[in-house]
Amino acid sequence: MEYFAELFLGGLTRGSIYALIALGYTMVYGIIGLINFAHGEIYMIGAFTALIVASVLTLQGWNHIAILVIASIVAVIYSSAYGYTAEKLAYKPLRRAPRLSALISAIGLSLFLQNYVLLAQTSDFLPFPSLIPEFKFNEPYEHIISSSEIVILTATTIVMVVLTFLIKFTKIGKAMRATAQDRNMAMLLGVDVDKVISITFIIGSATAALGGVLIASHIGQINFYIGFIAGIKAFVAAVLGGIGSIPGAVLGSLVLGWTESFFTGYVSSDYEDVFAFLFLVFILIFRPAGLLGRSETEKV
Amino acid sequence: MKIRLGKLVFTVFIGISIIFMFSGNSPAEDTIKLGVAGAHSGDLASYGLPTVNAAELVVRDINAKGGVLGKKVEILAEDDACKPEVATNTATKLLSQKVDVVLGHICSGATNAALGIYKDSKIVAMSPSATNPELTQSGDYPNFFRTIASDDAQAKLEVDFALNTLKVKKIAVLHDKGDYGKGLAEFAKQFLEKDKRATVVLFEGITPGAVDYSAVVQKIKRSDAEAVIFGGYHPEASKIVTQMRKKKMKTLFISDDGVKDDTFIKVAKQYAEGVYATGPKDVSKNPMAIAANEAHKRAYGKDPGAFYLNAYSAALALLNAIEKAGSTDYDAVVKALRTEYVETPLGKIRFDKKGDATGVGFSVFQVQNGEYVELK
Repeated sequence: MEYFAELFLGGLTRGSIYALIALGYTMVYGIIGLINFAHGEIYMIGAFTALIVASVLTLQGWNHIAILVIASIVAVIYSSAYGYTAEKLAYKPLRRAPRLSALISAIGLSLFLQNYVLLAQTSDFLPFPSLIPEFKFNEPYEHIISSSEIVILTATTIVMVVLTFLIKFTKIGKAMRATAQDRNMAMLLGVDVDKVISITFIIGSATAALGGVLIASHIGQINFYIGFIAGIKAFVAAVLGGIGSIPGAVLGSLVLGWTESFFTGYVSSDYEDVFAFLFLVFILIFRPAGLLGRSETEKV
Repeated sequence: MKIRLGKLVFTVFIGISIIFMFSGNSPAEDTIKLGVAGAHSGDLASYGLPTVNAAELVVRDINAKGGVLGKKVEILAEDDACKPEVATNTATKLLSQKVDVVLGHICSGATNAALGIYKDSKIVAMSPSATNPELTQSGDYPNFFRTIASDDAQAKLEVDFALNTLKVKKIAVLHDKGDYGKGLAEFAKQFLEKDKRATVVLFEGITPGAVDYSAVVQKIKRSDAEAVIFGGYHPEASKIVTQMRKKKMKTLFISDDGVKDDTFIKVAKQYAEGVYATGPKDVSKNPMAIAANEAHKRAYGKDPGAFYLNAYSAALALLNAIEKAGSTDYDAVVKALRTEYVETPLGKIRFDKKGDATGVGFSVFQVQNGEYVELK
């Protein structure tokens, strides 16, 4: 039973790591119907920015919490600028083009950013300082769930709630939903669609950057390639939960995390990925739109 | 003008014939013929050419001191491009040139293909770089020797260290599913099962690059393993070690030269303390190694390439064996290789019955105070 609980917690944290990345993924897809393959790279750039800022601040002798907050803020701002620019350069000119063109552009952008960081920074693994302090109250339970895992879980929940609130109850959220439903009609009714899309990218990039800082600080190492692997897993999680749905991304991520954790724990980690993807296929056979996705009827 | 052209043609003709006269294997002059076979062209040339350089430098030194058994040593370099099908031709060609001993080949596949031919003609071959365990362990090629440790040497060392020095009873063997890591882990498992002093309580492949390994770490904890033997590289190793230590597990961690990398210590920080890793023996302080590297820099104007010191040692060992044997007779040379120690840049070596050099290869290192320290 204890073993089960440990695997459950392990799967939960792994799932919430995926969720933190999957949230931005699913949001961009939900609003403009684009699979933003460069999302993982924004996550990676966020982590790199935080590493640079944190290294400088550590040399200046700042305290832990201040470093964490400032590094996160800088990473979020910097990555959002990246997301905003990427949208303007790589996706906006293709808005009228077939969907496939934008997808190829996204893959190209992802490769470009990866190699840019590889050349501008390094191909080595870099140690990432553990910015998240170990909480006093958690000391007796540290071997069950670590402080950084608690922070990641909390952050995922907060981001999920805030995004849901934003989309459901604010003016910009209304504009986003309108854009998602029918871009042309929204434009006719005076919604500034370009601005809405830009804001969507900025929010998506901000969540990715936040994820980058927290996850890198939990894992303790980064290199230029982390965004790709994390991005693929988060994408799978988003599809599993129903792409476009915010709670769906979280549920899908948790299901994926638990699947991997339990399969590794009770069967074998050799086929962890194989099993995770088999499970994905199985769910999509019965629920093609994902766990919480709504299947849309296309008008012909 | 006409006369001058005629003279020129004549001079060139004479010149060319002189070159031919000297370069031909004149039967009058008796030499020891050292064949050097390996990849000298193509994309793997960087593995083979340092061996040619090493042979040239060794032969130059030995000839300057009067040669071997009073005869000059001559190098016959032949290219096999690391291809098994070419290597058989290379071997035949060397034999037709009446080679006495062969330094080579470089790649395991090519070496394997050529060895049968040398064996039939009773020629000793010594590779500076072929690491396939079967080459020596199968016992098929008593004429084969090498100055590099075989692929399973690290696994053997890790297992011996765990059983003899650490005296652990339960071992978990993990790998990263890659060629290198999985190969090593499978050797380690084989050795452990053969030895029977310890049980393998867990044998698993992990997914490289995964965001965390908490499930695998829980599994190690549940298996009650006293030590983990991990085959793979430092990014995964540092994540596993960090998570084990964060979960307050004291399980020993033993790994390979993919982990014996300073990045591992940089990334795993305080959690790296006490981790064991095998790695190539440190020869940088050996005076002969320093001299050999210096000689290369003087002669070729750059740092030596791959397997240079292994090749240098192999050339020394071969020529020393001929000298000690008193002839180039096959049985006498083989006996000398197995019994006579020789000082080389890799240390004082001789060869065991199977043909592996003793005292060459890997040693165990441990992270102590933030750096790898060689355990004696």
